Amino acid sequence: MSEIIDTLISPEPAAPEEGLPLGRRSTLRLALRSRRVQFGGSLVILMIAIALIGPHVTPHSPDAILGIPFQGTSPGLPFGADYLGRDVLSRVLAGGQALVWMSLASAAIGMLLGVPAGMLAAYYGGWRDELIMRGSDVLLALPIIVFALLFVSLLGTELWLIVLLIGISHAPQVARVTRGITEDVTHREFIQSAIAIGIKGPRLLFGEILPNIITPLTVEFGLRVVWSVSAVAGLSVLGAGIQPPAADWGLMVSENSGGLAVQPLGVVVPIICIGLFAVGFNILTEGIARTVAGIDRRRSAE
Amino acid sequence: MNNPDAGAPARPQEAAASPAAEAADHPERPVVSPDPRIPAATAGRPGAGTVVAASVRGLRVELAADRDVVSDVSFDIGAGEIVGLVGESGSGKTTVGMALLGFARRGAVIAAGSAVLAGTGSSGTTDILALPEKRRRTLRGRVVAYIPQDPAASLNPSLKIERQLSEVIRAHEGNGAGRQAAGERIRAVLAEVGLKPELTLGRYPHQLSGGQMQRVCIAMALILRPRVLVLDEPTTGLDVSTQAVILKLLRGLCTSHQIGALYVTHDLSVLAEIADRVLVMYAGRVVEDGGTSQVFGRAKHPYSRALLGSVPDVRHRTELSVIPGRTAPPGQRPSGCAFHPRCPLAEDRCKTKEPGTTDFDGHLVRCHRAAQVAGQADRVILPTPVPASGRTAVLSVRGLSAGYGQHAVLRDISLEVFEGECLAIVGESGSGKTTLSRCLIGLHAQQDGEVSYRGASLAAEARQRSAAHRQRLQYIFQSPFNSLNPRKSVSAILTTAYRTFFREGKETEQAAVADALAAVGLSARLGSALPDELSGGERQRVSIARALICQPDILLCDEVTSALDVSVQASILRLLGGLREERGLSMVFVTHNLAVVRNIADRVLVLAGGRVVETAPAAEILDNPRSHYTKTLISNTPSLDVTV
Repeated sequence: MSEIIDTLISPEPAAPEEGLPLGRRSTLRLALRSRRVQFGGSLVILMIAIALIGPHVTPHSPDAILGIPFQGTSPGLPFGADYLGRDVLSRVLAGGQALVWMSLASAAIGMLLGVPAGMLAAYYGGWRDELIMRGSDVLLALPIIVFALLFVSLLGTELWLIVLLIGISHAPQVARVTRGITEDVTHREFIQSAIAIGIKGPRLLFGEILPNIITPLTVEFGLRVVWSVSAVAGLSVLGAGIQPPAADWGLMVSENSGGLAVQPLGVVVPIICIGLFAVGFNILTEGIARTVAGIDRRRSAE
Repeated sequence: MNNPDAGAPARPQEAAASPAAEAADHPERPVVSPDPRIPAATAGRPGAGTVVAASVRGLRVELAADRDVVSDVSFDIGAGEIVGLVGESGSGKTTVGMALLGFARRGAVIAAGSAVLAGTGSSGTTDILALPEKRRRTLRGRVVAYIPQDPAASLNPSLKIERQLSEVIRAHEGNGAGRQAAGERIRAVLAEVGLKPELTLGRYPHQLSGGQMQRVCIAMALILRPRVLVLDEPTTGLDVSTQAVILKLLRGLCTSHQIGALYVTHDLSVLAEIADRVLVMYAGRVVEDGGTSQVFGRAKHPYSRALLGSVPDVRHRTELSVIPGRTAPPGQRPSGCAFHPRCPLAEDRCKTKEPGTTDFDGHLVRCHRAAQVAGQADRVILPTPVPASGRTAVLSVRGLSAGYGQHAVLRDISLEVFEGECLAIVGESGSGKTTLSRCLIGLHAQQDGEVSYRGASLAAEARQRSAAHRQRLQYIFQSPFNSLNPRKSVSAILTTAYRTFFREGKETEQAAVADALAAVGLSARLGSALPDELSGGERQRVSIARALICQPDILLCDEVTSALDVSVQASILRLLGGLREERGLSMVFVTHNLAVVRNIADRVLVLAGGRVVETAPAAEILDNPRSHYTKTLISNTPSLDVTV
């Protein structure tokens, strides 16, 4: 018996078969080869680099008044001056940090709250599922911008507060998505097999299930960042974010909107920056999602 | 009806045409008398028809210039003849079937060859592969039609059957045919496939059974009276009784309409039942082509012989032969004869020179040593096993009922599994056999009655059972593609299972993993592989290793070989048999395949509609079934024995 079986095993390394789902390693590798991921990823890296390195390489102090208000492009002021006569380029370089960290942090908070909630709801089912999902429905019904403005007016414009509020507003959607994909995975045979030998609780959720839903969750995280960018920038424009005289892209849009006709660069440049960051994340996420779904898989594999 | 060569528009008076005009207008209608425009079948070839319905020559489908999926495939299908195309996964059988329809799957191209179909064009024949895609489309359905493996997936779930059938007519003939005439044709074809039009036309696919849906697909394929049918495993998803009926129906229709059919399947027993001729494919080549009795009775290619030897038979327990090694994917196939690394007869020239086809009186074999191979492929018939002497019940079930919500699936089941025996639970789909095995392992909460292990009662849910009980009962799942965590390496999968029951040092753990892999015949090197880097058979071995590492008493096997190729199935069955002997394991083997039952089981429990029909020793039940249900089940199970 054993002799027969020994000869069954091919000496050469096993070759992956076609048509089977691809593992984590190859999904990531394939994703990196997709045009979308490359392009979106570069945009994101570029914008993060501007936000992080920018404050240290400003040609002028972002607070220094160097020209007349709404002065157009001139030597030393490549993007002109803002409503107080400060250098737009310097303020753009200095003003990205808050948006970048706030959007990433609030997306992360949303994931940290939503993922465990969704997984628990799917794993336990029954009344616990109902409780978690109906609770998140209630949260979904609240208009988050109005609430953020309310809290900010009560407690002051604390950035962590804004991050927390936006993060909480993401949690219900994240929970909903997580619950769906967890439920799919839970019904698959390898999870059933783990349940049958008595693996349960956190070992099952985090040891067996989580590795199998991490890719769609990555996609979800990307989407949440995009939403956060719009929420953070939106609050800034409404005046509930970073307060003057600090430099901030969202704030610049609202500050300089009065001079839009005379000095459009003061508004357009920060808008482009916000846009590129959001769009970059969006394309990156889309690329990963498509690789996972197999749409770009074949093309990028060749 | 569109004439693809003239590109003529639809003819509006189709239905009104007089019989004489009709014959002239429809050269593709089946002609019973030999048509001089169609070349006669190669002389000396066995086959039902003297007229060739399809003729494939030198077909080559490739992924890249040096990576062929199939190459040098040539065969004829006579009118009214059913040609079986058999092979294991990766052999290229489906690729050949699709090529006959002028299709190549994504990423592959039809690089060379011709597929001449009867019944079209000015000369009476057309090479579908020489046509551009647009013209190929006009032939599909009308000249060559396709019957899929999974009828449920190929019917549109949101359209009524009538609409789906009439769309076939409309797609090829436009609306000109007239509603009423089309309706009449639909009714006629439904009657032909044994469906009552009034009960079928107004229904949606989900309101039909699997067999009825397959009949609808057959009707859809037949409605335009094609000359050639490509059948892609049309009965694989069906129960044996339904399969028997569908096979009979197909056989009758092909004969009465003089349709040439290519029956693509992995199931040799089905071909023994239905095919006139059989082509055996291996690594993209037709290695053997002969009459059904020639191939089944006197196979000449070593691969065909080994393949036949690996098929379990419902009539007697045989020693299943195992083919060493595994099939290489396109691009990695060995030089010379692709089978040589696995072939017991291989000699030096087999390694370097690809064999040509040798003709033994119409029996074509692609092997250097075919001349030396003769006679019946040896099948060692094994004696009926002596029932296990141990009469201690390790697992017993009393009055078990289970269901999903209001729907009862199992009713009052009682059974016993004795120490060291293999009990097969047999049933058709919907019999409740999988629910029963899930109740035993504790994955089905909604159950009443008692399940006990060596006298100790077991809770309904695994998580409420004691660790010792969970350890003693191990379950092996049906699908090797779904039962291993795709994100964990083989050794991580085994370690997780081991740690659930044993808390020992790292070294003991690693030793246990190595032992378990060795026990299932896998090299320790595979420990670092992820499941998708393994073949189906290797994965199923890992599943078995995962059960063994827990040191069980009882293995519950749920259809463990149904997703595997026959030669892999043979090796898994031998592995399980060996393990049972070595370790004195008791086994519950859930299956729908009676041939497998004959090969592995000591006792059989037949389940139908959630109730036990009968329980008896395997040989007794298979040779002298008492209940009517079991009798039909057995008589409908195809056997390799070709009655000539």
